[in-house]
Amino acid sequence: MKDRLFSALRGHRADYIEIRLDDSRSSRLAYRGARLEEVGRTAGTGGCVRALVRGGWGFVSFNSLDKLSANVALAVEQAGRVGKEESKFSPVPPVIDKVAAEFKKNPHDVSLSAKKEILDEYNKLMLGTPDIQTTSIGYADIKKKVTLATSEGTYIEQSRIDLNLRLSAIASRDGDVQQVGLNIGSKGDFSTMENLHGQVKDIARRAVALLSAPTVKGGAYTVVLDPILAGVFVHEAFGHLSEADHIYENPQLREIMVLGRRFGGKHLNIVDGAAVPGYRGSFKYDDEGTLATKTYLIKEGVLDSRLHSRETAARMGEQPTGNARALNYTYPPIVRMTNTYIEPGHTTLENMLSGIKEGVYAKDWYGGTTSLEMFTFSAGEAYMIRDGKIAEMIRPVVLTGNVFTTLDNLDAIGDDLDMNQGGGCGKAGQSPLPVSNGSPHIRIRNCLVGGK
Amino acid sequence: MDEILAIASKSAESAEVFRVTSSRTPVQFEANRLKQILTKESTATALRIVKNGRMGFAQASGRINAADLVNMALETSQFGYEANFAFASPQSYTLVDIFDPRVEHVKIDDMIALGETIIEAVCKNTPGILCEGSVSRGATTFDIASTGGSHASYKRTNFSVSMDGMLVRDGDILYVGDIQSSCRPISEHKPVTAEIIRQLDLARENASLKSGMMPVIFTPYGVAGALLAPLISAFNGKTVLDGASPLKDKLGSVIFDRKFSLNDDPTIPCQPGSAPFDDEGIPARMNALVDHGKVVQFYYDLHTAALAGASSTGNGNRNGGMPVPATHALVIGSGNVAPADMIKDTKEGIIIEQLMGAEQGNILNGDFSGNVLLGYKIENGAITGRVKDTMVSGNVYRLLKEIIAVGSDSRWIAGYVNTPSICCPAISVSAKQ
Repeated sequence: MKDRLFSALRGHRADYIEIRLDDSRSSRLAYRGARLEEVGRTAGTGGCVRALVRGGWGFVSFNSLDKLSANVALAVEQAGRVGKEESKFSPVPPVIDKVAAEFKKNPHDVSLSAKKEILDEYNKLMLGTPDIQTTSIGYADIKKKVTLATSEGTYIEQSRIDLNLRLSAIASRDGDVQQVGLNIGSKGDFSTMENLHGQVKDIARRAVALLSAPTVKGGAYTVVLDPILAGVFVHEAFGHLSEADHIYENPQLREIMVLGRRFGGKHLNIVDGAAVPGYRGSFKYDDEGTLATKTYLIKEGVLDSRLHSRETAARMGEQPTGNARALNYTYPPIVRMTNTYIEPGHTTLENMLSGIKEGVYAKDWYGGTTSLEMFTFSAGEAYMIRDGKIAEMIRPVVLTGNVFTTLDNLDAIGDDLDMNQGGGCGKAGQSPLPVSNGSPHIRIRNCLVGGK
Repeated sequence: MDEILAIASKSAESAEVFRVTSSRTPVQFEANRLKQILTKESTATALRIVKNGRMGFAQASGRINAADLVNMALETSQFGYEANFAFASPQSYTLVDIFDPRVEHVKIDDMIALGETIIEAVCKNTPGILCEGSVSRGATTFDIASTGGSHASYKRTNFSVSMDGMLVRDGDILYVGDIQSSCRPISEHKPVTAEIIRQLDLARENASLKSGMMPVIFTPYGVAGALLAPLISAFNGKTVLDGASPLKDKLGSVIFDRKFSLNDDPTIPCQPGSAPFDDEGIPARMNALVDHGKVVQFYYDLHTAALAGASSTGNGNRNGGMPVPATHALVIGSGNVAPADMIKDTKEGIIIEQLMGAEQGNILNGDFSGNVLLGYKIENGAITGRVKDTMVSGNVYRLLKEIIAVGSDSRWIAGYVNTPSICCPAISVSAKQ
């Protein structure tokens, strides 16, 4: 294959060309209530060519390798129509490497019937809880090999195994419907899907408890976020703004996002990096063949660095960080997060709560999104804080804030860092991309909470 | 497809193959300039089989050996659900006008020029704005065949123009944008340009709102973004079957304002959601979901309908897996009130154009809550500026129970929803003081 790809890459007038091939196998199981609605197997093969000519890009994706040379020529021709200036693309050393899939308990060694048995147990636990109306379960595992060959002489084969499980318990009484979910993800370890019985029982119990929980009054509160929700917060509230493709061609944003600008207190450190091992966002090389790194986005409260592809790095005069990722062969790589987290501080949860007369303690996540300046994220579970203590359960809340002011209102960072692997990130139609995010408990002053 | 069916019929009682072949050429703009030209070609083949009365499923993108695909489906059939319906039998379909051969011949240079014209007009209106968007042409062929002898196929063309503008002023970011799509080539830049400039003009000044309950106008974008997701979930036959829909026992009841009607209509010419049949080969048809406030019907695919003792409504949809019920193109009945008159009659209120995070609430219950990404303040019958750092919360069922006015300004949003503006008496607004 290597020779075939290198031969297709030769002889074109382009500043850079890459060919990327995907080969994947996956299984899926889905339940609605007691019914197993889907057991399916999927196979996928396909590839793409991306070419850079005088600063313009051409991209062609296909399922068959039969017309590989013609597809390379088409990508180059399309790029040529776009390009009108000098290409800027940070060099990385050419590399020839083969990266095997990391796994602990390989899901492909677990039979479909064994997977089904575990999900049946979880489903029974939820459905056996009084007032649980129905459930929804989706499980998928995928094994994928990505081959990258570039006109610079790079040839990398990388394999990975990704697993994902989503469970929802839906409670209903007198026309009111409430739901609580659990999302678990892993890079190559099926055992993370096992022995979740306690957590599964708990989401059913909480869904029922929500039926009698009140809705919070909308307004600005002091909020305390658990590590999972704080991880979603850091992803939405700062991670996306750190992606250089939002910034590099925008003079005003470049000014706002100037390195060295203070965003928060000295206690605040935010990291992203695929080189942090063992998580769903971990890998050795990104989809442009750049070696993964660990990047400090915020160091001691100050903007330290940002996430780059080879193009954004070159155009901003900074170093590529290995954050160019594509969901699959039908998309060009764009700047994405990997494993994003707030580094732990020294405050205990108890100290964080003390002194809050009336606030909101929000846990777990339901969703999150950002417009770069503003962000919203929603909790899966929430309680009032009264006189420094966690008090009554309330219905899940949606929180919102302004990126440029909220990090400064983050006034306490806990000592209990935890990573959430159950999420997927969406950007420019490429969703869900495996990422992880995390944080210790954090406290934010004056955070807007939607409600009655 | 014939080969797959031939192999499958040796070991299965029945089988059905569904294939989608598509080709798309988007031209992309970034930072007011042409950035990238893409060509995307793909084929995906899905196989359902019934073996020992149980459903098996396998799917492949790209090339796959027919025997491998059949074996994958056979393996899953051991665990599959009991096959409680038959694959669609051979039948004739009503044609719908969704193919225009001119689309595939639109010149790349003309697509580039169209995008550049929009960018030029928007930048002239608002210097400093950065536009990002695409002009795209494409065609998709759908084929379905079964061992029962059915074989049907259709081809749909699609042309779309989308442009978003981002304006940064003093650490304050404004987003505007529009998308138009059709099965015919689009050469006119004015609809997109005019919509973007309308949003920019209304958002030129910032205005602040006080927290509290106040009247709300959802523009067509606002309706599509804030109100539809809960309804799509509630009318889904599967949600109803599971008892998780608040409408499960409301068939025939008037629970919305009499001014509110909602159809799912895949028979409208030129729309990207239109089709002669659904992804299971069942004729696609107009289904009334709400008729003047009354809940008329839910929507179903074959499997869900069989479980519910109903018939498929032609809403089987595959999105990378087995068919599930989904809407084709939702149409909210239009009214006769001009949006300007809705504004004129409001003393103090909010207009919602884009709501961020609306889908993060408890959709099943109809609750939504979000940050007003683009919205305006109304004061004494006039728009006074853009609202920021503001959240709204509401419940779709409570809001649509009492509607003040339905607009005469119906339009398509991204080709899958056609809706007018809707004005309601009260929504909860939380703002930082």
